[in-house]
Amino acid sequence: MSETVTALKNAHYDAGIAEVSEIGPLGMITIRGDLDAPFVRKVAKKVTGVERPERGMCNSEGGAGIAWMSPDELLLMCPHAQVPDVLARLHAAFEDTHTLAANVSGARAVFRVDGPHAREVLAKLAPVDLAPEKFTPGMFRRTRVGQVPAAIWLRADGSFQIFCFRSVAQYMFDLLKAAAQPGSEVGYFPPESGVNREKV
Amino acid sequence: MLILTCPCCHVTAEETEFHAGGEAHLKRIGPDGAEGEFESYLFMRQNPKGVHLERWRHVYGCGKWFHLARDTATLEVFGAYSAQTTSPPDHIRSAIQEKHPEWQWQGAS
Ligand SMILES: [Zn+2]
Repeated sequence: MSETVTALKNAHYDAGIAEVSEIGPLGMITIRGDLDAPFVRKVAKKVTGVERPERGMCNSEGGAGIAWMSPDELLLMCPHAQVPDVLARLHAAFEDTHTLAANVSGARAVFRVDGPHAREVLAKLAPVDLAPEKFTPGMFRRTRVGQVPAAIWLRADGSFQIFCFRSVAQYMFDLLKAAAQPGSEVGYFPPESGVNREKV
Repeated sequence: MLILTCPCCHVTAEETEFHAGGEAHLKRIGPDGAEGEFESYLFMRQNPKGVHLERWRHVYGCGKWFHLARDTATLEVFGAYSAQTTSPPDHIRSAIQEKHPEWQWQGAS
């Protein structure tokens, strides 16, 4: 079997006000269909161990999770090696319903932004209210980061996980590095507020 | 700067997360239409100073199309509503008429 590599071979930057890392390879499967259909909720929970999230949220546990992408789209996350198995189970559950499950692991790049100024780094780049009381852990938001589409997920440990297209991975990494460069603290958000710094 | 709330995913964001799709509620002219009618369907658009109904897409968000009623002069937003309709719903009409009592829906153009 061919070797799986991420877009930037897990590039890492820690010289600035926040740590930026490309993570992965992460298993990612898009589900499109009726998100309220019982068979969708049931199989999504079965393969990830978490409930289908409410609008604008992401539920996760261990290496698996489900993110709410749009009124008819979910992003399912799982360990990369499990993708073929999970996909087979989804296809079996969806049978001939009008529901899609597609492997998008290779189509995306995923980044982690961590550290007390992580919130500030994202706030510089996205048209999203990232105030600690407005953007809280578990929230998942599709938006624009710089000039490219992306999704921002605030994890329970206070770090941000960014999803974008693989083709713009280098742009995203450079952009996040620029926003995290040394001495670029804005100090708009109090560094500790709203963030549980304990690692899970 | 416009602040819009997408009626599909309920996210509120400024206009750079969205993409404008032009005048709403156009009446399509098909193969049976006269040339002049087809031309105006393709090219002729209202350009009001004031109340306007438009199509927008939440392009960086949920990706869905929706309708928007706003004032082109003040940038006031009267409301967003479903793309699955051929005319503005009552609550949008009354929101507009609260500010512009003389305004009337002219029908699809
Ligand atoms: Zn939306």
